[in-house]
Amino acid sequence: MDELEAIKVTFFQECEELLADLEGGLLAMQEGVGDIETVNAVFRAVHSIKGGAGAFGLEPLVRFAHVFETLLDAVRSGEVPNTVDLAAVMLRASDVLADHVSAARGLGDVDMAASAAMADELKAWTDPSAAPPPAAVAAETVDAPPPAPVAADPDALDDDDLGFDFQPMTISIDAQAADAELIPTNVWTVSIRPKSDLYRKANETALLLRELSRLGPIVATMDDSALPTLEFLDAEAAYVTWSVRVETDDGEEAIREVFEFVDGDCELDIVRGEAPVEAALANLLSAIEPPAPQAAVQAAPEPVAEPAPVASAPEPVAEAPPPVVAAAPAAVAAAPAAAAPAKVTQADVPGPGQSVIRVDPERIDRLIDLVGELVINQAMLAQRVGEYGIAPSSNLAMGLDELEQLTREIQDSVMAIRAQPVKSVFQRMPRLVREVANMTGKQARLVMDGENTEVDKTVIERLSDPITHMLRNAIDHGLESPEERRAAGKNPEGVVRLAALHRSGRIVIEVQDDGKGINRERVFSIAVKKGLISPDVQLTDEEIDNLIFLPGFSTADKISDVSGRGVGMDVVKRSVQALGGRISITSRPGLGSTFTLSLPLTLAVLDGMVVDVAGETLVVPLAAIVESLRPKAEEVRPLGPVGSVLAVRDSFVPLIDVGLALGYRNTSPSPTEGVVLLVEGEDGSRAALVADAIHGQRQVVIKSLEQNYQQVEGVAAATILGDGRVALILDVDAVINLRRRESPRPTEPSLIAAE
Amino acid sequence: MRTILTVDDSRTMRDMLRMALAGAGFNVVEAVDGEHGLEVLSAHRPDVIITDINMPKLDGFGFIEAVRVDDDYRAIPILVLTTESDPSKKQRAREAGATGWIVKPFNPEKLVEAIRRVAA
Repeated sequence: MDELEAIKVTFFQECEELLADLEGGLLAMQEGVGDIETVNAVFRAVHSIKGGAGAFGLEPLVRFAHVFETLLDAVRSGEVPNTVDLAAVMLRASDVLADHVSAARGLGDVDMAASAAMADELKAWTDPSAAPPPAAVAAETVDAPPPAPVAADPDALDDDDLGFDFQPMTISIDAQAADAELIPTNVWTVSIRPKSDLYRKANETALLLRELSRLGPIVATMDDSALPTLEFLDAEAAYVTWSVRVETDDGEEAIREVFEFVDGDCELDIVRGEAPVEAALANLLSAIEPPAPQAAVQAAPEPVAEPAPVASAPEPVAEAPPPVVAAAPAAVAAAPAAAAPAKVTQADVPGPGQSVIRVDPERIDRLIDLVGELVINQAMLAQRVGEYGIAPSSNLAMGLDELEQLTREIQDSVMAIRAQPVKSVFQRMPRLVREVANMTGKQARLVMDGENTEVDKTVIERLSDPITHMLRNAIDHGLESPEERRAAGKNPEGVVRLAALHRSGRIVIEVQDDGKGINRERVFSIAVKKGLISPDVQLTDEEIDNLIFLPGFSTADKISDVSGRGVGMDVVKRSVQALGGRISITSRPGLGSTFTLSLPLTLAVLDGMVVDVAGETLVVPLAAIVESLRPKAEEVRPLGPVGSVLAVRDSFVPLIDVGLALGYRNTSPSPTEGVVLLVEGEDGSRAALVADAIHGQRQVVIKSLEQNYQQVEGVAAATILGDGRVALILDVDAVINLRRRESPRPTEPSLIAAE
Repeated sequence: MRTILTVDDSRTMRDMLRMALAGAGFNVVEAVDGEHGLEVLSAHRPDVIITDINMPKLDGFGFIEAVRVDDDYRAIPILVLTTESDPSKKQRAREAGATGWIVKPFNPEKLVEAIRRVAA
């Protein structure tokens, strides 16, 4: 059953989305901004999860979802007031529901005791308002069919007990008594008196007869005596009634089931036996007194005394074989409406729906690789054409320009296939925050920003762990307890902000808390105690903050339940670096800390500035460049023994010779001889990079250095230029940091690497 | 070949219905909510409609009512997807003009049988 498995996969995907909707809606309700549409959406989410789970027989999930749904339904109808407290409870319930979904998927277990407790808690909200069912039941009974008086009682017990069956027969009518023994017990008489509602709901008497004929041979008799003349005919009304003789061994239950859908929309009598008497009499009566034939029919069964002449029974319209019956004009009113349009359908047109194509990711990866090659190839071609000195206005050059445009568009489109909003990772975080807050006894509110920031799928998958860790850390170590916060004059509820944004061609994730900030004295002393730094070392605040990324550093005196788990920030840092990313922290005492994580958008094709440094060709990411300039001698000021700064419009920025930073040369030429690129790092710090010459802007395809060689400090990746040479792509932030290392301060290399 | 329109906001449920119906030889067209259902209706003129009740934009009740007041479509049988646990919803759907109902979770035979019962 492959197809079913595929649907199951879809179901779990849908569950993820529904759980996210659920959580989003509940959070809105908790904020007090949940309107009725929010409540409806929340209800639908739980309802749909339950529905799908039912289809797959996921019992525990169905049961829990059912309790949840019942409560939401009560909220929806206003029986249970929609309060902030209730939303908080339901948020926890949504976590349990998510656990059930995961368990159903085979990922993890559900704490059944906790689930049962949660279910009880949910039930407690609906119970006090005393059973909602009565309303429903009442509605049901109101429209229940008018009890068929004669038929119901004796027949209810029929087949098993001949004694019961026999009695009413003997009492009924003398003339029939003799015949009764001759009538086979599998003959039934069904009288059908449709109401107009039956046709209004697109039910159809002919179809009922067809269904009856599936039970056994039938003889249907139509009574159209109530049919008015054409001028008085209401085309929508029901005038015709039926009496049907059915021969079936299936019993009354099966007959009644045929009428399940028209329950209440037609009067129905099911009587064992031929019962031609009633039918005939009804006919006779209606013939005599034209008004209210229905009343006459109803009155008929009981008082019958005089046997009617059998001969006068109305003519059978249809006989045994089913097809004939189906052809009979069932209801004058409904027939024309029903017949005409149905068959003309242009069948076989595929449904529109939302078409989704599932593609093997490998194919997309391959496509992206190929497009990368295409870009390189196009660049080479352009360069060759340039070398041959072909005029830019020539057809060839113009054609090449168009090719470049197209290549870019293809590239963007291909990248867009794999790009996804970070939402899928972010939406798991509110729950994490709730859980961690609960565990640590802190009050935390998560604010998220930039959920729709798009990044390559491959990066998204790897964002989850570092974000999780940073959030845990922010709540566990960053936020104070509610009491401490109150004492410090803060809102007892701490705010943790999770944001995603694009900056300098990278994705930046920030986790910010408004807690106490890093206790620098303590961090410093711990680092000294653990032998990570020497006690006499002089560190800036920023450097102390970043000590927490050193291997073997853990600020908690005992490894806490939450942040512990054997993973320190150093592990996070290493895993981020392995992705070509960076992580850093800034902190302000009493005001909180901010973790900043930046990752490449991967394989992103990069717009870069091609520069010459000490005979090497390098690419500087364009996104990092603020401007390029040729410095005048008076703008360069020496600072310290080796450093110098550049005056740029009222401010000084450190001058960094790229050749020196990367080790291409040992002495820097004067900045005035080269070109200066004013760049901005991720933390907003500026620097002036000195290069020998600028070759111009170019789009380059990033080739991972780590994959093909190894990570090199100061270098983000490599690329292949139009002439086929490999050029390194500069990691601007790393170069800025490298230069800080060069500055004559006696710090340990490992510490600086941690920045 | 008969065309069945399924209206349900749950992708899972639409897929389940499609599998059961296509397997029984029906042509299936789909809509994601009542509003969409009305659009698809005019494009495909289905023989039978199967609709969910809880949907965004236009729910099942509204959808059925809209179909029933349209002279072109009101004779199309409509089956609602309902659950055992909620008789009041079934009742409301009938008042709106539903022809019959299918209790979720359904099995394919029951589904096809329900269609047979209402389809001309």
